[in-house]
Order: sequence, then C-alpha cells, then structure tokens
Amino acid sequence: SSQSEVEETLKRIQSHKGVIGTIVVNAEGIPIRTTLDNSTTVQYAGLLHQLTMKARSTVRDIDPQNDLTFLRIRSKKHEIMVAPGKFALLLSLLFFVIYLLNPDI
Amino acid sequence: MEIVYVYTKKRSEFGRQCNFSDRPAELHVDILPDPSQMDNYIERNPCDTPTQCAQEMSEHEVNTERFQTETRGINHVEGGWPKDINPQEMEQTIRYRKKVEKDENYINTVLQLGSLMEHCIKQNTAIDIYQQYFEEEEASEVAEEQPSAKTINVFRDPNEIKRTATGLSWHPDGAKKLAVAYSSLEFQRATKDMSFDSYIWDIENPDKPEMTLKPVSLLVCLEYNPKDSHVLIGGCYNGQIAYWDTRKGSQPVEMSTVEHSHRDPVYKVIWLQSKTGTDYFSASTDGHVLWWDIRKMSEPTERLILDPSRKGNLDNALGAISLEFETTMPTKFMVGTEQGQVVSCNRKAKTPAEKIVCTYSGHHGPIYALQRNPFFPKNFLTVADWTARIWSEEIKESSIMWTKYHMTYLTDGCWSPVRPAVFFTTRMDGTLDVWDLLFKQNDPTLSLKVCDESLYSLRVQDNGRFLACGSQLGTTTLLEISPGLCTLQRNEKALATAMFERETKREKILEARHREMRLKERSRSEQSKEEEAKDVDTEESSEDLVARAEKEFFEVVEFELKKREREEEKSQSKADSEKEVSEEKEAQDLS
Repeated sequence: SSQSEVEETLKRIQSHKGVIGTIVVNAEGIPIRTTLDNSTTVQYAGLLHQLTMKARSTVRDIDPQNDLTFLRIRSKKHEIMVAPGKFALLLSLLFFVIYLLNPDI
Repeated sequence: MEIVYVYTKKRSEFGRQCNFSDRPAELHVDILPDPSQMDNYIERNPCDTPTQCAQEMSEHEVNTERFQTETRGINHVEGGWPKDINPQEMEQTIRYRKKVEKDENYINTVLQLGSLMEHCIKQNTAIDIYQQYFEEEEASEVAEEQPSAKTINVFRDPNEIKRTATGLSWHPDGAKKLAVAYSSLEFQRATKDMSFDSYIWDIENPDKPEMTLKPVSLLVCLEYNPKDSHVLIGGCYNGQIAYWDTRKGSQPVEMSTVEHSHRDPVYKVIWLQSKTGTDYFSASTDGHVLWWDIRKMSEPTERLILDPSRKGNLDNALGAISLEFETTMPTKFMVGTEQGQVVSCNRKAKTPAEKIVCTYSGHHGPIYALQRNPFFPKNFLTVADWTARIWSEEIKESSIMWTKYHMTYLTDGCWSPVRPAVFFTTRMDGTLDVWDLLFKQNDPTLSLKVCDESLYSLRVQDNGRFLACGSQLGTTTLLEISPGLCTLQRNEKALATAMFERETKREKILEARHREMRLKERSRSEQSKEEEAKDVDTEESSEDLVARAEKEFFEVVEFELKKREREEEKSQSKADSEKEVSEEKEAQDLS
C-alpha cells in the first residue's frame, strides 16, 4: 500500500551513507517522523522552518514566477538539506531535513 | 532742503464745503544728478562678488546613554499542536501522528520529495565536495607586528562614591569571571556613605556585576581558591579575613575573629598548596604573617612576626605589604615589607627564629608587588617606589637588573605567565608598561595610557593574553595584548636563561670585589689600630674620639703656624744678613 511505500522511502533515505537523521515536519511545526531525539528535532524544525520561508520569499521576490525547490546548507561539520513541500497546499507543508556528515572527518 | 507748500484760507470761508476740481500735475521739485559728484568715485572693474550655493548645515553632538543589555533565553517548546491534544500525552500525540500519516496529501508529498532528496544525496556521495585539492601550505611565519594592547571592556564601580580597585583575581576555570575588591587605602578617606561591596564581574557583561560580595569592612584583597572555584577569601581593611562561597550568597560564610586577626588592613592573602586545599596565609603591616585554615577561622594555625633581628620582637617588626608563594616551592615564601626589604622565609623551620632566612634590601619604599618568575623561580620581580627590580635569590646585596627611575610611582607588577622575559607594571599616572627584556631593556616595549587616574592593581590571566588593571576610581579595564607579546618565541627560554645568568654573574663579581675591598680596608685599619692600641686605651668612647680629634686638629694648626713663623724669621734674618753684607760691602767700597 502507499503507506508502506512512504515507510520504504524514509528508510531508504536514512540508510544512505552519511545520513545522520531525517525529520518530517508538517505545516504547524509538528514533527511527524523523526529519527533524532525530541529536543534536537524541535530545535531544527523551528529554526529551519523560518529559514526556508525566508529563502522562498527571497526567490519569489526576485522572480514571482519562480519558486524554491531545494535548500542546502553546508557547514564545517554537516550539510542540512531541506526539501519544502508544495507551498500551494498550505495545509500540508512538509519538508525533509537531513544531515550529511562530512565523510572525511 | 525743505519742500514747503503753503495753503491759506480766509477765516470767513471756514466751514464752507469743499469744491474739488481737477488740475494737471505740477512739478514741485526736480533734483538733477550732479555730475561733479562722480569725481569722488572710481569705477571698479572687475568686481569680486562671492556667492555660494551650498546646503546650510549645522553641527550637533549627540552621545547616547550607555546601552544596558541583558541576555535572556527563550525555551522552545514543541508547538503547533491543536487545542484538543495534550502534547505531553504520548497516546494522543501518536494517534494524531498516525492520522496525519494516513492523509493522502502527505503520502504524495513524501514520495515526491523523497525522490528529490535521494537525487541530492546521491549527488553528494558521487563527488567528494570536501576533497583537498591543494596541499596545505606551510603556515607562514607571523609577520613582525607592532606590540599593542586593546581595551576590550571597562567595568565601572556602580556606586556613587567611587572606591579604588585594589585587588583583582581571575576565576580559576576558564577565566570568564573577574573578582574585584574595592577599598580606599588613603588614610581616613573612607566616608560613612561609602559602600562596602565588592563585585564579581562576568567579562562579557560590563553593565552589571554578576555577583556582589558584602563584607563587614572594605576589602583590600581578594583571591579565588585555585582548587575550588566557588570559594573566595578576602582580606578586610579592619584586619579581618572573610571567606565566601559563591553558591551560598553574598554574605561571607565565615569571618576570622577580631581578636586573633590582624591589627592593620590585610594587604595580601594567598592560598597554599595543601591536601585539603583549605589553607591560606595573610600578611599585614602590623608585622604579622598568619596562617589559617578555612574550616576553623576562629584563630590562625600559625603566626610569624617579621622581626629582622629574629627575636620575635613586635616593636622591631617590619610591616608586610605583599606576599609571594610559588606552588612549585611550597616550603619557601617571601614577604615584601613597607620598609623596602624583601624577607625570604622558610616555612618548615623548627623555631620562629629560623623561619626568617634572609633579607634583600635595595628599595626605598614599600614593595607593592613581589613575584617569582614562573619559568625561573630563582629570579623574582619586585615593584616599589619608582623602579621595578629583578633579583636573584643568591645575591642578597642588590638586584641584578633594574629599570630606570620613573617620574611617578610604580604601583603593581607581575610576570607574564607565558613568556619568561616579559613583565607588566602599572604606574600612578595611569600608564601600563609592558617590558620585554629580550627586546629592549632600558624602556618598556609598550607603554599604554589606560586612564587618567592612577592605576593601583594589575592581574594577568593564566593564558597571558588578557590582563585586568584597576584604577583609583574603581574602573577596571580589561585589555587584550597582541599575540606577539604572549606567544613564546623560539629559543626565548634559552636567551632568558643566558641573560639572567649573565646578570647574576656580574653581580656576584661585583659583590666579590666589594668584599675584597672591604677586607683590605678593614685589615689596614686594624693594623693601624693595633699600633695605636699600644699607646692608647683600646675602647674609646665617641666623646673621647671627638676630644682627640679636636686636640689633633689644634696641634696641626699650631704646628703650621710655628713653621710659618720660623720661616719668616729665617727669611728676615737672611734679609738682615744680606743687608749687613751689602752694607759692609758698601762700607768697604766707600773706604
């Protein structure tokens, strides 16, 4: 069934080399699925939600026809990847947050 | 020139109605231009006329009030849960989550975004974006930079009546806090309104002290316990010593009893190295050095009277104004006195007389700072009167190196904990000097005017990078020193060792020479004394000596006078005899 597909997708993503954690958050900021502990999840969800909104509004300001498809934040230690859901459907704004560890460290 | 028009009317015609009639204009006066006036003027061509087309500006000065900031944190709690669900309840949240997961939109979005996400992840793993493409180049040598120091923060005494910052102590772990003791050392200047509080400041926050310490009397010095960062001891102006535990509040946990404490302000307290980490000792100008244990503050565990004649006589005692203790040499300690001498003492001596080992004199005034070099414990620095001197333990007659005499008093000084040849001194004109002996020995390497009033205290942090200095108006300034002055240079230790040894040797040679000369003189005077002793009594009182000196003097004077008389007579007789001879000759010639 489609629900099992969702499970499979999430599992597959999590099993990739270097992925530390996965979070799925809904529009209200409630983490639906997470592989990290609660406090970290809440922190990331709160911070990245705002950043994603800002990024999206930036893209739209420059060109109203454009829209944000993906957001990557690379830092010394990790990379955070955010895939924002369809903003048109305001009810379900989902995004993935994944950390990639620098394999060399 | 008057222009007059006369209007006349007969008396009989008064009151008659006016009959106006038109008439043409009449020219009354015509003043023509007078060309002769032109001769008084010269035409000016060209004519300079300044114009400016600029905006009109006015200048105003505005100085904003000191901005008070306070850091507050917000606790993020999971939000967004609908009203009917209690986020604490596991069941409800799980049920809600399951409901969301069943939503069709959710499923579609997740599948879609999942494939997008996988694509990006695969990108990352395909190419190693963090790969080193160029080998790390050797870090280039730090360019020779000018030594400098920068003020990071200024902590002002929050009270109306400002007190002097006389004692400073860095927090032992990480040095994020600074304890400052405020007092007034000028005789009877402390007024009734003066607050007794001393403060612990957080370095990042200069607006408000992090904690207040409330002693019974003004605190002259303050020290953190290096083993336990919550405990502080402070020496008070009235001679008592108090100890605080920062976990227990602003009031001292315990104070030493008045009867057994010092009789003068406690100028220095230092923690000792002991198993329990609760011992310390204190010094004051009443001539005593007392040892205490925190757990029993009712009386000191040991006493020492600083009597240089080693008789324990309090009347002879020197007043102590600074102390020195190195944890690497726990049996020895040194005391700097008000009289300008440094007394070196041994803790482990059996009798009080043996406690005092030797004294070093050479200063003219009270020794405000005394510290051993952390790398060369045999050499120590003293700061007093107008100079700073470096001594070697072996040489007791004089210091091995000294600075020139400055224009103002030096008030405090200390070695840098990271560089063996660098030390700092503060002066009464508000200047901080940084001396680098390997660079320049006559003048400070860096002289910085920190504030307009005198600086009274100085403390370097253990990493050698930051230092705090306290001034007369209670302003403590936190300075950061340029990296050149706080990183160990190549072969600096070797050079410093060589320098100290060279100076020590020089002093030793000078000392030996002096001793030789003194011996020679003594033996000479002893010899002459022996001869005299045969004639005269050996013991002569000073009065006898004076009488003898007078007698000798007059004898010499008389002798000289007689000699002169004799010579005169001789010359007279010579002249007479010559006269006679010449007369005879004349007589002979005549006859």
